[in-house]
Amino acid sequence: MEFYQRDRTLQPAGYTPIYKTSVARSPRQAMLSLQGSLSETTGPVFGQHELGPLDNDLIRNYAKDGDPIGERIIVHGRVLDENNRPVPHTLVEFWQANAGGRYRHKKDTYLAPIDPNFGGCGRALTDENGYYFFRTIKPGPYPWRNYVNSWRPAHIHFSVFGSGFAQRLITQMYFEGDPLIKECPIVHVIPDEDAINRLIAPIDLNGSIPLDTIAYKFDIVLRGRRSTLFENRLEGN
Amino acid sequence: MVQSLEYLKETASQTAGPYVHIGLIPKQAGFDIFENNFTNIMADENTRGERIIIEGRVIDGTGTPLRDALLEIWQANADGRYNHELDRQNTGEIDANFRGWGRTGTDFDTAVYRFETIKPGVVTGRNGRDMAPHVNFWIVARGINIGLNTRMYFGDEQNANEADPVLNLIEQAERRKTLIATRDDSGAVPVYRFDIVLQGENETVFFDI
Ligand SMILES: [Fe+2]
Repeated sequence: MEFYQRDRTLQPAGYTPIYKTSVARSPRQAMLSLQGSLSETTGPVFGQHELGPLDNDLIRNYAKDGDPIGERIIVHGRVLDENNRPVPHTLVEFWQANAGGRYRHKKDTYLAPIDPNFGGCGRALTDENGYYFFRTIKPGPYPWRNYVNSWRPAHIHFSVFGSGFAQRLITQMYFEGDPLIKECPIVHVIPDEDAINRLIAPIDLNGSIPLDTIAYKFDIVLRGRRSTLFENRLEGN
Repeated sequence: MVQSLEYLKETASQTAGPYVHIGLIPKQAGFDIFENNFTNIMADENTRGERIIIEGRVIDGTGTPLRDALLEIWQANADGRYNHELDRQNTGEIDANFRGWGRTGTDFDTAVYRFETIKPGVVTGRNGRDMAPHVNFWIVARGINIGLNTRMYFGDEQNANEADPVLNLIEQAERRKTLIATRDDSGAVPVYRFDIVLQGENETVFFDI
């Protein structure tokens, strides 16, 4: 079963001069529209046995001599498709800066310090209802070279698979109330205000653990599969 | 007013950023955190099929190769079967020793990416038409707002390529060449070289899939 056509009015274009790096890295020719074949409608499958017990606990999965510094948070939600159906047993991966806005990465030279107890990445498989959750500390904003004084709002990067390669998605989750969201060129490559708002996770007091950890809720929607009414199902379709 | 269509909207894409390695290939970021890492080694000793290496670069509009790109590939096995429940082709078997998926980053120094895999077989395409052996690519990086999809075909499959229904959709025949990797048999394992050009002259054909 192939996927609904991607709604490009909700997705960033490749060429977006407000985000300067996109200028030399964006194709200029039109993409060729391709109806789905098995190459697009299938995709890799992952199993729980491939993940470690702490893979979804960023507070503990790199701790050396204590907990990382920062606000303790839970991020949870569902991976759904455009048909409002859960996407079960799919791999969700996430990475982020530490509480000071510094990444544990060879190429990050920001002066805020590395946190010895924080790696900054994790992963989870959704359950049969498409539900995922992980625990971490809230990342800090950080400066980046776009304009001379550009600051990224606090964010967590997400990578999601779905059940077909055409659903593959990378995005970023932002935090309710962050004043840097409205200033950010990377956010504003998205041409649709509602689509931007759907990347902002609200505080979820009901999901929080009293006296311990506050929760943010973040649902992710992947493309839906089209039902093939009145169509001959040709082999390989 | 009419009834409302209650479809949800696809989540918007955002760039993978310069530090994508942390989440997806942390060893390249410079640390070891997961017991099990996803890699560019896709075949083990029990996988069926011809061992091959795919390597190349991702080049921007100024001719500069990206040193911070992340690539994933997805392919059928040697019999042309995808390791997925929706592949109901009755030709060939699923290979338990081949997921068909790999991930890597372009090297920080050389800018080269590399996969160690097997050559896929022919997959039946739409309307029962055979597709030439090919590998599906997905490319993300800093400066790429939404993942780019393309396909790599094999230079030594000239007849199959000429009949391929997807390659033939490309109006400008000259541009089909951007999807065809050249085979180098000079080493112990054949190497297919496949450069991806993001922009400008010889821009790779990308697909809206
Ligand atoms: Fe980031």
